[in-house]
Amino acid sequence: MMEFLLAISIGILAGSGVWLVLRPRTYQVIIGLSLCSYAVNLFIFSMGRLRSGAAPILSSRTGSLADYADPVPQALVLTAIVIGFATTALFLVVVLASRGLTGTDHVDGQER
Amino acid sequence: MDGWAHHLIIAPIALPLVAGALLAVYSERRQFLKGLINLVSTLSTLYIAIVLLQKADSSAASVYLLGNWPAPFGIVLVLDRLSALMLLLTSVLACAALIFSLARWHTAGAHFHTLFQFLLMGVNGTFLTGDLFNLFVFFEVMLASSYGLLLHGSGPRRVQASLHYIVVNLTASFFFLVGVSLVYGVTGTLNMADLAVRIPALSAENRMLLQAAAAILGIAFLTKAAMWPLGFWLLSAYPAAAAPVAAVFAVLSKVGIYVLLRLSPMLFGTPAGEGAGFGSTLLLAGGLATIAFGILGVLASQAMARIAGFCLLVSSGTLLAAVGLSDPEITGGALLYLVSSTLTIGAFFLLIELIERGQNPGADVIATTAEALRENEQGEDVEDGGEEGEVGTGYAGTPAILGACFVGCALLLIGLPPMSGFVAKLALLAALLAPAGQGAAAGIPMANWIFTVLLLLSGLAALLTLSRVGIRAFWAPVDAVIPRVLVVEFVPVIALLLLTLGLAIQGGPVMRYLDETARAVHAPSSYVERVLAAPRVPAPKVPGEAGR
Repeated sequence: MMEFLLAISIGILAGSGVWLVLRPRTYQVIIGLSLCSYAVNLFIFSMGRLRSGAAPILSSRTGSLADYADPVPQALVLTAIVIGFATTALFLVVVLASRGLTGTDHVDGQER
Repeated sequence: MDGWAHHLIIAPIALPLVAGALLAVYSERRQFLKGLINLVSTLSTLYIAIVLLQKADSSAASVYLLGNWPAPFGIVLVLDRLSALMLLLTSVLACAALIFSLARWHTAGAHFHTLFQFLLMGVNGTFLTGDLFNLFVFFEVMLASSYGLLLHGSGPRRVQASLHYIVVNLTASFFFLVGVSLVYGVTGTLNMADLAVRIPALSAENRMLLQAAAAILGIAFLTKAAMWPLGFWLLSAYPAAAAPVAAVFAVLSKVGIYVLLRLSPMLFGTPAGEGAGFGSTLLLAGGLATIAFGILGVLASQAMARIAGFCLLVSSGTLLAAVGLSDPEITGGALLYLVSSTLTIGAFFLLIELIERGQNPGADVIATTAEALRENEQGEDVEDGGEEGEVGTGYAGTPAILGACFVGCALLLIGLPPMSGFVAKLALLAALLAPAGQGAAAGIPMANWIFTVLLLLSGLAALLTLSRVGIRAFWAPVDAVIPRVLVVEFVPVIALLLLTLGLAIQGGPVMRYLDETARAVHAPSSYVERVLAAPRVPAPKVPGEAGR
């Protein structure tokens, strides 16, 4: 059930994201890119295999590694979130500059 | 002490990082100081790159364990002949672009020097890292600075071009992330050397997933390398960039090619079993299509900056097709072509700005550039009030020097002697028409013939277009305005051209190095062994701790 839910939500996020990225308004493109990045982040997370109730950090030296979740995808997803956040913010600045210079929020700088 | 020489591998990343951070502290008024810091840092990086090249040439791959974690667990930096070559190429081009920009371009917008250093850090990092996810991080460092640099000088055209450039690259980054995480999900490692060991042992259903991951990763790299259907962004972005920025960007599109050249023999080389050679047909076909598209573009373009953009596409296509053929002999020629074409296109982008400065502003595409500069020269940030207007009478000899430089660039792009463009194409053609492995009886494959024909046609197209443009720029204008060009702006262009001449004269030693590089790239087993067996630095003895 957990796998099904996650797969469906990644699919919906990615689908909506792709549709929005292909729209002509810069605002839609930004929202689309954000949705895509959520989908990608969830996907990275799922690559560590889904399981609940397992910590990614060793708490004791006894027991087996099977009791723990894979920490690497969690580290990767943190990095990806930070980088995605920064680049989206940067993109927002460029979008605002474009809006100021051209007076329109069309991605080509002019209405078609 | 030997311990310190070991740390030199991380210097091409650490030095630009520190310099960039330092530059961010000083205000924009202190342009001279900022320029000086940037120059010192870039020249030191060049020196380090030369030292590292000698080091890489004398031994096999050297490995630097970050944080002293052993290889498959921690991130490693690996210096081998290929990465040392790319480091040197980047630093040479960066030096030329920086010196060019110091004449006036660096004042056209804020934080040029900081972004320039961070760009160097990102590019150097992608060449040195031996870890897929770390590669992503350095890719992003490089891209984030390139977004800023593309905007340098501002103006509607640049903002518009950056808007598209950023969206395309962000989307490509998503592909990169999906590919990397899928690779991790299938193999459980991100270390390139460890991947090379684990891939042959994969089961059939996992191999399919891995190939899907490699294909998704490939989309990210091919977008960066501007393969034909994915390279549309380059033609709006590069010609819009400020001249020194565009010159550095010439090496940026080679980053994608470097990664493909590094990863395809390592992950899908001969030891990979049934998955060997995955994607090479696509690379070959895509590369040939890119050359064809580039040739048509070169013939059809009017503006010089667009011609340079299409020449860059031709060079990307040639390299992609050469990677696709995956033959050490061809790769050796392709590496010389890579070095030569990158230096040429860098010099060409710088030269175009100087030539078009003399033409009527407003009549050509460079108009936005002139506007941006003029705005800034009226602005408060500029300290030296001496320069008024960029179009005016310069030295009488200026057109002669510009013309000579243009002829040099043209010879390189066409591939005529005595410059290195000729030697590079000759090396490529010789390898294409004499397949060493199969012997004479096997004959020359069809793809090699098509490649040869396209390579020769690209030279012809460049010849036609550059003669047309050259005549229009230098001979046709009756009352041509002599552009004001400073000596500082001539020096980097001439230096780059002399360097390519030197490459041709020193062809023997250069080809020996490049052939060894190509052989090492296609036989990655020693690279893999060196990385996985890299010794940790022994911990200093702490009294009182017995160790675990």
